[in-house]
Amino acid sequence: MVSMSGEERGVKKKRYRSEKKKDMISGYLYVAPFFIIFGVIGLYPAAFSIYLAFQKWNGLSPMSFVGLDNFRIVLEDPLFWKSVYNTIIMGLMGTAPQIIVGIVLAFLLNLTFLRFKNFFRITIFMPYITSMVAVALIFSVLFSNHESSLANYLLGVFGFDPVNWSTSEWGTKIAISIMVFWRWVGYNTIIYLAGIQSISNDLYEAATIDGANKFQQLLFITMPLLKPFIILTVFFSTVGALQLFSEPTIFLGAGAFTRDEALTVVMYLYRDAFKLQSFGTASATAIILLVIILFFATINTLITSGTGRKKKGVR
Amino acid sequence: MAKRKERKKVSLSKVLIYVFLGIASLLSLFPFYWMFVMATRPSAAYNSIPPTMTPGGMLVENFQKVLNQIEFFQAMWNSFLVCSIVTLVVLFISSLAGFAFAKFQFPGKNGLFIAILLTMIIPPQLGLIPQYFLVSKAGLLDSLAGVMVVFFLNPLGIFLMRQYVSESVPDELIEAAKLDGCSNFKIYRSIVVPIILPAFATLGIIVFTAVWGEFLWQFTVLRDPENYTIQVALASLSNTFNVDFGMILSGVFWATVPLLIIFLLFNRLFISSITEGSVK
Repeated sequence: MVSMSGEERGVKKKRYRSEKKKDMISGYLYVAPFFIIFGVIGLYPAAFSIYLAFQKWNGLSPMSFVGLDNFRIVLEDPLFWKSVYNTIIMGLMGTAPQIIVGIVLAFLLNLTFLRFKNFFRITIFMPYITSMVAVALIFSVLFSNHESSLANYLLGVFGFDPVNWSTSEWGTKIAISIMVFWRWVGYNTIIYLAGIQSISNDLYEAATIDGANKFQQLLFITMPLLKPFIILTVFFSTVGALQLFSEPTIFLGAGAFTRDEALTVVMYLYRDAFKLQSFGTASATAIILLVIILFFATINTLITSGTGRKKKGVR
Repeated sequence: MAKRKERKKVSLSKVLIYVFLGIASLLSLFPFYWMFVMATRPSAAYNSIPPTMTPGGMLVENFQKVLNQIEFFQAMWNSFLVCSIVTLVVLFISSLAGFAFAKFQFPGKNGLFIAILLTMIIPPQLGLIPQYFLVSKAGLLDSLAGVMVVFFLNPLGIFLMRQYVSESVPDELIEAAKLDGCSNFKIYRSIVVPIILPAFATLGIIVFTAVWGEFLWQFTVLRDPENYTIQVALASLSNTFNVDFGMILSGVFWATVPLLIIFLLFNRLFISSITEGSVK
């Protein structure tokens, strides 16, 4: 990074070559900090996790190689499968409705005649700004087991029995799914809105002239053109839902790691590692989770891209 | 006659749209309002049927109870410190690397860039346990530095910065600066950085809010209440079997309000940042 002197400027070829070399050195130098951090914080831990998955280790005494035992222990543990089931059910209930509601909200927010647009946009996006811990605490009070909790009071108004929101099989799942939905639907709406705004207004005008109503426009113009954005959010939602941890942990409070109604895979992993000091099985769980995430992310992305293609074929 | 009917139908659908959006806004806002109500009421208000819907006079008392329970201001400051330092470090590393990827030619460049994109799909839990022992070995367990280090890794930042630098910094400008004898770092500092300030705002907001709200890692690393960040401190409020709802929601209220005020002041910037971060 030495600055150039006057004589050097004259020798064009030499200057060019040294310039090129300097740029090369600068290039490597400038990307180095990232790769050093990546090596220490990203690559080494990932590799060590894979190594650890084949060891028995309590964090203190020496490790011992146990082959595939950790994977066997985890895969034969009914609680692990319960956590997979819980994660998938809550993921499905919490994220799938978001996509539909998000598209509808975004479509409405883009209507030209709509007033108070910014007000609606801000309020619908607001939950996303709130931290997951805050959201989970608010919802743990809204959906508490008490007969007088707001959720149970509303159920009572409609003639239903109160639900044990933090201790029952479906109560916990429904409450946590509603919470996930509430926090993320605005985020997806904003992504879809960005997508919709990139669709030319001429298409809608032409459709209106052809006599298509708003619902038909949503179905046949907005949805197909929004597909890349839908694929993106389906991918994010799938990966995020399978990593669910904070919401159930906070929502369940003191009982989080002792009950199984809303135990997720990451909670199972955390419990193995930091409550039971079984770091080998926890690492095996992390790898199994990675496989689960890759599997569902691929499947869901393929399904989302596939449905659009089929529609195109029909038309 | 037919025309009139049409107009009527249109206005009815308009009304329905407003009703639908109104309900959506209401449902989005209600938990915030209700948090405020609970934060101003004694815990006993919780047992009243029908539920209390108007604020009471215990705003200060409940917060006093929060202060007895957790180091609220210390925790807010800790979170602020962690987020600020992480944001500055990520902005520096990402813009420097983004500049290199956008404007320099060096062997292996494309391979390295693809490697960065691949790092984005490693899920954070895969590294959780080794990172914990790494931080523990470095003597950073139960410290704010220990919280920060893992957040320095941010591949999305490089991706955004490369995009922004290659779109908004003209090659001619860099060439001209080189002819004037500027070093590459000087070009970064006095040409690239001023041009990409908007991208700093975008990435800064993304990183700051993400780290502010993150829980799993902070919860794993921090033990001593003195070192708690606000998320861990808030979580500890409900970690007893004898819960005081008024007190808990008072803590949540005071921790959430500053963030909401900042969001309402800069809402356009926030929303565009979050969209850009995911759509690009």
